[in-house]
Amino acid sequence: MTAAMETEKPKILVLFAHPYPHLSRVNRAMADAVRDLPHVTFHDLYETYPDFFIHVKHEQGLLLDHDVVVMQHPFYWYSCPSLLKEWMDAVLEYGWAYGTGGEALQGKELAQAVSTGGPDEAYRAEGYNGITMAELLRPFERSAALCGMTYREPFLLQGARLKKPDEVSAHAAAYRQWLIDYPHPKNCIGCEAPAVPASDRVG
Amino acid sequence: MDGLLLNGVIYLAAAVIAVPIAKRLGLGSVLGYLIAGIVIGPWGLKLIVDVEAILHFSEFGVVLLLFVIGLELNPRRLWQMRWPIIGLGGGQVIGTTVLLGTVGILIGWPWQVALAAGLGLSLSSTAIALQPLTERNLLTTPGGRSAFSILLFQDIAVIPMLALLPLLAVAPAVTGQSEGWIGAAKAVAAIGIIIFGGRFLTRPLFRIVADTGLREVFTAVALLLVFGIALLMQLAGLSMALGAFLAGVLLAESEYRHELETDIEPFKGLLLGLFFTAVGMSVDFGLLLSHPVKVLAMVLGLIAVKAVVLLAIARIARLQWSQTWLFVFLLAQGGEFAFVLFGSAASFGIMDADTVALLTVVVALSMATAPLLVVLNDKLIEPRFVRGDDRPHDVPEDEGNPVIVAGFGRFGQIVVRLLYANRIGVTVLDHDSEIIDTLRRFDFKVFYGDATRLDLLEAAGAAKAKVLVVAVDSQEASLQLVDLAQKHFPQLKIVARARDLPHAMELLNRKVPVIERETFRSALWLGEETLKALGQTAYAARQKTLTFKQHNEALLQQLHAHWGDDIDKRITLQRQARARLQQNLEADEKAQESARGLGWD
Repeated sequence: MTAAMETEKPKILVLFAHPYPHLSRVNRAMADAVRDLPHVTFHDLYETYPDFFIHVKHEQGLLLDHDVVVMQHPFYWYSCPSLLKEWMDAVLEYGWAYGTGGEALQGKELAQAVSTGGPDEAYRAEGYNGITMAELLRPFERSAALCGMTYREPFLLQGARLKKPDEVSAHAAAYRQWLIDYPHPKNCIGCEAPAVPASDRVG
Repeated sequence: MDGLLLNGVIYLAAAVIAVPIAKRLGLGSVLGYLIAGIVIGPWGLKLIVDVEAILHFSEFGVVLLLFVIGLELNPRRLWQMRWPIIGLGGGQVIGTTVLLGTVGILIGWPWQVALAAGLGLSLSSTAIALQPLTERNLLTTPGGRSAFSILLFQDIAVIPMLALLPLLAVAPAVTGQSEGWIGAAKAVAAIGIIIFGGRFLTRPLFRIVADTGLREVFTAVALLLVFGIALLMQLAGLSMALGAFLAGVLLAESEYRHELETDIEPFKGLLLGLFFTAVGMSVDFGLLLSHPVKVLAMVLGLIAVKAVVLLAIARIARLQWSQTWLFVFLLAQGGEFAFVLFGSAASFGIMDADTVALLTVVVALSMATAPLLVVLNDKLIEPRFVRGDDRPHDVPEDEGNPVIVAGFGRFGQIVVRLLYANRIGVTVLDHDSEIIDTLRRFDFKVFYGDATRLDLLEAAGAAKAKVLVVAVDSQEASLQLVDLAQKHFPQLKIVARARDLPHAMELLNRKVPVIERETFRSALWLGEETLKALGQTAYAARQKTLTFKQHNEALLQQLHAHWGDDIDKRITLQRQARARLQQNLEADEKAQESARGLGWD
């Protein structure tokens, strides 16, 4: 955490990835709840890059301007919608985000605000997925680590498709509060793992 | 009253019958009017006798024509044209006057008569020359611009010519001098009034009238303005057409320009038609019949001398040959101002009545031949130049470039710039030497030549290149080029621009692997932007656009399979396809919506 974040609100970049937000209940309500927060830059990826051609330099500039990156998306096929993956592939360049000289994101934070269709019972060793969310999100956690970022506990809503309207709005309000209350007590995930050795960072 | 009504019916009927026939025969509208005039005039069916009055009245057609042309030229553009106007126009008037005057002296006329005749005959008919140019949208081509510059100079030159005539009188009247001064003062005053009024008075006036919302009053004001100016110019002894042109230029930048244009247009068309009809009527066939050889020799001589001067000017102005002949034929006739000038010369006693009658019939006949010459040019001369012009084609250097682009217009340029930006070697061929000269200044390497010539393609390295981009404008040339390339260079992958659906079908017939309809994608993109402007998200709009595109491309293949069928069948096919697309788009939407309930949120 940088010194600036201790004294004033950290600048948060929300990377919103949902191909059809007008058909979504949860993610649209969440988006509408946080769009106006002054310390938050709400960045709608599908609206900005409908043809999947990402302006890499612009995105890197946005990352440099913020302390925290929050990826907000539904959980598609145990991962993120494809444009967000494309964003990661294109923007987190070798020599910039990782690898030799790739130190641009050192010390920044990454978190995810994810909604899953299946209930949380399903995401347990004994559930039908047989695997936990933490394990499923490991590719993101590891990506953060490779970029020298701290990966925070995700803000989850599970069983989203069965939530009633009042539960949806409560979740949206909680999401807003979660962003307002940032930074949260240390809840670094994967920080107990050894740091990525320099030899691997160099790639 | 009856007479007026009857005359009106005669004119309109003659025009309605003759003009469409002339147009259908490829003779152009001007010739149609002229023939109508000859038929109903004193030497035809004798339906109309008072030709003089009609000719005078219908001159308003020329006035309105010049006004409308002025509306399209703002002062800045006019100023940019000052050198062509002075150079080309001055060269034409002086050169023709000197040559014709010399001829006059050689046949034994006194020098005053020869000079007056030379001046009058050097003028060309603005109306007859401009009508084909505007009809064919040629006013912006170098040839059209040059012709227009000369016509404009002539209209201005009429003023000093009329002022010069009294000085040529064999026994100049003592008052001639002071009248000349008064005339000059009047002229300056009239032009001053037009400039001042056009600048400061007309716009508030138009605003007031436009605010009333009465369309016909606006039209009335527009006509009043033009006719008022014409009257003012006539009082000052100046060309009415010139005054109207000046007023048009001054109004070219006003917000009422388009309204003025549309309001004046029908009057202009009708009166101009009447003018051409009157010229047809005024041809004195009596004189032609009594001295056929003399008159015809003079008509031919006049056209020949004027053509020689114009040809020289065209060479100096470096016009392409393809444009030179039209330029020459349009301006090689006499003009309506000659009638005015000769009338004035007669009144000063410079010319006798016989000479005036002779010259008048020569001018009128030459005016009637101008549209004929234009037809001749269209049918016989121009076709020889359509494929390029006199410029010898370049021999492209075979640089081993992987891509050959044929056609470097708006379309080809984008293709080439994309390839250049990616450092891909491109050999570019085009047959518009104007474009090439411009682009060479931007450091584009373009070879001049007709890409449908086998030797040129070979020289361009077609045998070793990988891709041929067919981006030429002409569909005919495009198909020729494809045939040629497929026959001689089978290894070339052809990517082609299709101008429209029938062209796309022809390309499909030839199994061209890549066909891009030139407006298709940009129109799709604009449609997508419209969906977004209506509040749809960017991604949804893109998906819908691409769905439409996919369907349309499939439909294109289907249509191709049925292209030989009759139109009804194709319409049914289109209708079915449209319904299917509708269903698919709705199904897509449903699928997305149900994803909300069944899948993830």
